[in-house]
Amino acid sequence: MLYIVIGFLWLSICLYLLFGGADFGAGIVELLTFNKRDKIEVRQIMDSTMGPVWEANHMWLIIFVVIMFVGFPQMYSLMSTYNHIPLILMLLGIIARGTSYTFRHYDVINDNWEKLYSKIFIYASFLTPLFLGIVAGSAVSGSINTHPTNFLEGYVYSWLTPFNISVGIFTSACCAYLAAIYAIKDAAIESATQLVLIRKSKQMMLFVILSAILVFAVGMYSHLPIINWIYKSPIGTISVLLSVLCMCLVYFSLVKNKFNFIRFLAASQIGLFLVAGTEGHFPYLIYLKDGSSMSLLKDHGADKTINCLAWALLIGSCLILPFLIYLIIAFSRKKKATTH
Amino acid sequence: MNDFIAARSQMALSLAFHIIFSCISMVMPFFMAIAHYKYLKSGDESYKGLTKAWSKGVAILFATGAVSGTMLSFELGLLFPKFMDHAGPIFGMPFSLEGTAFFIEAIALGFFLYGWDKFNKWFHWFCGLLVGLMGVASAILVLAANAWMNAPSGFNYINGQYINIDPWKAMFNAAWFEQALHMTIAAFAATGFAVAGLHAVMILRKKNVSFHQKAFKIAAIVAVIAALLEPLSGDRSAKDVAKRQPAKLAAMEAHFHTEPYTPFVIGGIPDVKNETIHYAIKVPGVLSFLVYSDFKTPVEGLDKIPKEDWPPVPIVHYAFQTMIFFGVLMMLIAVIYISSLTWKKNWKDKNWIYKMFIYAVPIGFIAIEAGWTVTEVGRQPWIIYGIMRTKDAVTPMPGLQYSFYLFSGVFVSLGAVIIMLLKRQIKMVPKLYDTTDPNYSPKK
Repeated sequence: MLYIVIGFLWLSICLYLLFGGADFGAGIVELLTFNKRDKIEVRQIMDSTMGPVWEANHMWLIIFVVIMFVGFPQMYSLMSTYNHIPLILMLLGIIARGTSYTFRHYDVINDNWEKLYSKIFIYASFLTPLFLGIVAGSAVSGSINTHPTNFLEGYVYSWLTPFNISVGIFTSACCAYLAAIYAIKDAAIESATQLVLIRKSKQMMLFVILSAILVFAVGMYSHLPIINWIYKSPIGTISVLLSVLCMCLVYFSLVKNKFNFIRFLAASQIGLFLVAGTEGHFPYLIYLKDGSSMSLLKDHGADKTINCLAWALLIGSCLILPFLIYLIIAFSRKKKATTH
Repeated sequence: MNDFIAARSQMALSLAFHIIFSCISMVMPFFMAIAHYKYLKSGDESYKGLTKAWSKGVAILFATGAVSGTMLSFELGLLFPKFMDHAGPIFGMPFSLEGTAFFIEAIALGFFLYGWDKFNKWFHWFCGLLVGLMGVASAILVLAANAWMNAPSGFNYINGQYINIDPWKAMFNAAWFEQALHMTIAAFAATGFAVAGLHAVMILRKKNVSFHQKAFKIAAIVAVIAALLEPLSGDRSAKDVAKRQPAKLAAMEAHFHTEPYTPFVIGGIPDVKNETIHYAIKVPGVLSFLVYSDFKTPVEGLDKIPKEDWPPVPIVHYAFQTMIFFGVLMMLIAVIYISSLTWKKNWKDKNWIYKMFIYAVPIGFIAIEAGWTVTEVGRQPWIIYGIMRTKDAVTPMPGLQYSFYLFSGVFVSLGAVIIMLLKRQIKMVPKLYDTTDPNYSPKK
């Protein structure tokens, strides 16, 4: 039963990155599009891609948090204590972004207010995954100091390290990359919008590669065994290789204008990378500065709680998944019917 | 402001904010579904317009409710990590089920908002209704989790250890039903009065009158039914609180000394130092009757409770009085409105009826906020009643007052923006939603 809960924990963070992340990415792509006309095109297509599903995408994070505090309460309370500041900033980002998106989407009058919501939306879209990445980085890089002698050591340097920041940038880059790729298929074939999106996708791919190199470089410089995390086991190595292969295929699709599998390929690329990164750590989720660590297999809630949680997740997913898949398929089909 | 007070204030503020939006986004889908049903049955286009107008409101408020709810799930850990460390595995079950309900709600909302003329009309209608049903389910589950803090069960607390954990027992704790019932009905009453009042404003301004009258009627009828049911659930709640949390009931009534024929106290200023209450109206025996169904049995007073376990008596007392006052007011309005529909038909469509509803816009929500103050402040000094004190649960992170100021700013500005947005929605009714209006042209 514990493995079911851990499976859902992984799945929720992966799906949040793949779906919710793409929502953030929509704002980041808008932020990184400097040409005014392109910006409008990008915005319109992103809105129509996100619209029906964005409330649902957001839910994966809630599922993740709930699994953490029900199943792994010690880790949850430890992260909440020492990552208080980045979590608060991430929360502010989530609030600002979610509400400003809704406001600009549902506000019935177009005037200067809309410019304000848009500004809030695009900056919050960048900052939220940045802090999400910083928090994730701090969990795995052993920067959390649970015996601080002063405020800075405990509540600032626990997360504010060059490595964690580079993980944050990488997370934002992945989100932007996914958003750009996902939207390509929703634009009319060979339209100006699609050309803009193809260009954007290539740029975002470069952003992902550069930020990944940054993560490695900073990781090596900070004496983190980053190579071991990924190449320690065959699964990690194979995942990385497949992830690179997926990226190459995405690049070919972009060059050849063949977009049938492009969403799947891009999602697989990021998903496989997450497999590699987390597999290297399993079963440890949090490393602390004093060298100790917290394991998913040991530091969990009472057995009965884990059992109940596993059943709740299984039953919940039986109700949710068919409905969610129908939502995604139904709207992408309807969209196709209207664009052709 | 010290860190402990800052943490509590931030939590209180977040909850107070979240409650309003979650209540509205839980109840309005039902209004929407009623209007939608009327449209599907009668083909009357103005009901379609009304459904769409309300659904935009639902979308805006749902998003706000969702983000403030996400915030709360983080804040529990950020502000009270020691509480979550112990309580998470015990009372977390309803939260994980709530995740499912909320997820389905979000998916159904996606179908509903973007599904006009795209799906089978009854499937589309059902998705709208599902938003409401799942909203109610979420509310009940969250309330079950809160009720556990008032009536902790599903574990043994031995030598500071929480053992023999049973999450199902914790979820179906002694208080869950009373709290869920009382709050759900309150949400219907408050939202009903607020929505009816807003449409009443437009009726009195003579703008799109028939459109707003249709809306008014749906909201007002739901509101009055809920307002009449609420005291019954309140009675159940009070009996339950008397049994489980005598300190809370005693503070609600500022009832310092245990005595037979315990009076029901109306108004007054509690004087905690001298353990008395000034200027109050006391109706002898009524509290005994309400709690034990006989006038003589004494209700336990604060004198039976160690002083360090007393909740802040004045706050709880004033909050309780406020809740009762506005609850009774809503009942009165309900009776008058029902009269106007039945035996006093000449009152119908009178301006004063609409005015009455306009004044009633905030009262349901004031009653709800007061009720929550009673529940939460009345539980103090405990975070888990009788087990863990709130001060032992707070985070060691210093400087929490800055976070409190920051979030206060966020809430105030969010509140302002939402009011502005809803105003703009209402302003656009003739153009976007009222099919009978000459300016009607529904394409953004």
